[in-house]
Amino acid sequence: MPHDHPDHHDHDNHLDPMDARVRALETILTRKGLVDPAALDAIIDTYAHKVGPQNGAQVVAKAWVDADFADWLRRDANGAIASLGFTGRQGEHMQAVFNTPAQHNVVVCTLCSCYPWAVLGLPPVWYKSPAYRSRVVIEPRAVLAEFGLHLPTETGIRVWDSTAELRYLVVPMRPAGTEGLSEADLAALISREAMIGTGIVAGPA
Amino acid sequence: MNGPHDLGGAMGFGPVQPEPAEPLFHAEWEARALGLVLACGALGYWTLDENRHARESLHPAIYYSASYYEIWTRALEALLLHHGLITPEELVQGIPAAPASAPADPHPRQLRAERVAAVLAKGGPADRPVQTPARFAPGDRVRTKRMHPKTHTRLPRYLTGHNGVIEADRGGFVLPDTNAHGLGEQPQRVYTVVFSGDELWGESAEPGTSVSADLWEGYLERA
Repeated sequence: MPHDHPDHHDHDNHLDPMDARVRALETILTRKGLVDPAALDAIIDTYAHKVGPQNGAQVVAKAWVDADFADWLRRDANGAIASLGFTGRQGEHMQAVFNTPAQHNVVVCTLCSCYPWAVLGLPPVWYKSPAYRSRVVIEPRAVLAEFGLHLPTETGIRVWDSTAELRYLVVPMRPAGTEGLSEADLAALISREAMIGTGIVAGPA
Repeated sequence: MNGPHDLGGAMGFGPVQPEPAEPLFHAEWEARALGLVLACGALGYWTLDENRHARESLHPAIYYSASYYEIWTRALEALLLHHGLITPEELVQGIPAAPASAPADPHPRQLRAERVAAVLAKGGPADRPVQTPARFAPGDRVRTKRMHPKTHTRLPRYLTGHNGVIEADRGGFVLPDTNAHGLGEQPQRVYTVVFSGDELWGESAEPGTSVSADLWEGYLERA
């Protein structure tokens, strides 16, 4: 379509090409009865408001304060996590791996973007990026350093490549100085990165 | 296939760039794309394995320049075309064929909004019973086969032909290598196998590092 706004070259194509592409696809699929746009809204709302790293933080905080729960989480992560109400897509086969002074754990999916949605929600862009997926298996210490995490050489690093349907939640070590904190206050300290393994949990400021 | 997705150990991608206070979506279309992928998956025409294969089958030049939701969208288009749910003309035109006609009746398996919470909370377990006894036990030394199929597999290239140790027997799971291609679930046992950094990377390995992966029995032989 011709236009007369020489200073706005994108005038007749002002949508991001992907925006136009996805809108068209949704239109086609809706008209054909294949998707219900309200279902898309419900899916988006689920991951925007209900399923996210706050769920995983609750699991970790409970494991810190409740030795029986921690033991359950270690033996049967699915059961322990489900007891807090977190189940479902990309969390069907959970494993919890506990950091110790001798071993730090970090999770990746080199082949795609497998991630424990049920406890952490949707993965961040960096987790899906070729840079992270390619490098963390060959130079995990260098990658962790880019996150500001410098581990002592006596701490071994295990990289868990999520090649099958098992999904891994890293249980970070509880920091010193948190003895008096409630479970909810502890959960607020636990970042998504700490549960992937590219971070650790710092004590209260 | 060792396509563009098979990234373990590849070089040249630069530093990891975490984004402070990253938003859940970077554009509205990303959210809609997520919804479309999940809603279309619920129609049941393809498996998660076939979906992964559609993504890794994108040309490397596209795979490496696209955002992840663009990869998802392109793979979804390919799956919809392959299964005859949309036509190339519809995709090019951006509208359904015969636009003057009334919207079609809902597909019998259309994911309705009121079912979303239950479907997401249920998920899609991939574990399956297997009748054969386990070939390996924790502590066994194994070697990954040298295999480079042109079809879907979940044995990454960087782990082929290497020695590792069985850490855990995870039980039977759907085999992606067949399931991605409509050849059935053919479940096999999956084992967590640990590889030392030295074994994988030689003198390039960082000290005190190891990698584990969850590998199907058929990928492994006794070392």
